[in-house]
Amino acid sequence: MANPDFAGREYPATAPYSVGREKLREFASAVGAAHPAHHDLVAARGLGYPDLVAPPTFAVVVAQRAEAQYVQDPAAGIDFSRVVHADEKFAHHRPIVAGDELVTVLHVDSVTERAGIAMVTTRCEIFATGDGVDDGAREPVATVSSSLVIRGEDS
Amino acid sequence: MARPVLAELSVGDVVATGEVELDRARLVRYAGASGDFNPIHWDETFATGVGLPDVIAHGMLTMGSVVGVVADWAGDPGAVVAYQTRFTKPVPVPRDGTAVVEVSAAVGAIDADAGTVRVDLTVTHEGAKVLGRSQATVRLS
Repeated sequence: MANPDFAGREYPATAPYSVGREKLREFASAVGAAHPAHHDLVAARGLGYPDLVAPPTFAVVVAQRAEAQYVQDPAAGIDFSRVVHADEKFAHHRPIVAGDELVTVLHVDSVTERAGIAMVTTRCEIFATGDGVDDGAREPVATVSSSLVIRGEDS
Repeated sequence: MARPVLAELSVGDVVATGEVELDRARLVRYAGASGDFNPIHWDETFATGVGLPDVIAHGMLTMGSVVGVVADWAGDPGAVVAYQTRFTKPVPVPRDGTAVVEVSAAVGAIDADAGTVRVDLTVTHEGAKVLGRSQATVRLS
């Protein structure tokens, strides 16, 4: 079962994720997001963005990589075949755009268990680094919170 | 494209409706684009083996697809400053044909000081809600 010792844990920042134009177009197409700001540079710049804009849930791609540090750690005790995604929450401090270099700090906010059902809540703080951001500084970009329910062996 | 104006909105206004058709190819495409390769979303034998009725759509695909009507209404996807949902019921996707998800977006609250509107999404499949407390916060002028 989910190991309660992981509650409160904070992981070191991930290696940077480079947001590419074609990745944004691919993700936008996969969720059927037809708004031209996801696909057409002229349209995105017309809205005042430096490059293509990510759809509202794109940050999950970045967050999921960070969450893997926790959910794929055998010591965390999370059996993925018993996991159900319970909820997801995005707060965008500014839109993600192509060209962003994003690093993520993963927090395990809670690990609880009741009647054989475990619930874990994680929070990814996503920051921009690199060009356009002061050396060593991190610009807050998005906070992604996710809750997973893990059914027990008997349920 | 005319963008909506905060002062002209009232709580309860239905601002957008839409329909999303999900088939197996769409699930595979989302798996590839998102990096979520959990086999419950593409392998029927695996899905039924863990007690699901069929292959089910990624909750994040449903969540990510239905918000498009809000982004289009806002006229700027970057205006969606927050978005949250609960996944209350899975959407089974048959081998043949499609699963249809319907969405209706209505103004749930207006915060004139912050310049934002909370848009509540009602998302159903075959008449049953599949997302709960699904809310997008949109910044408008």
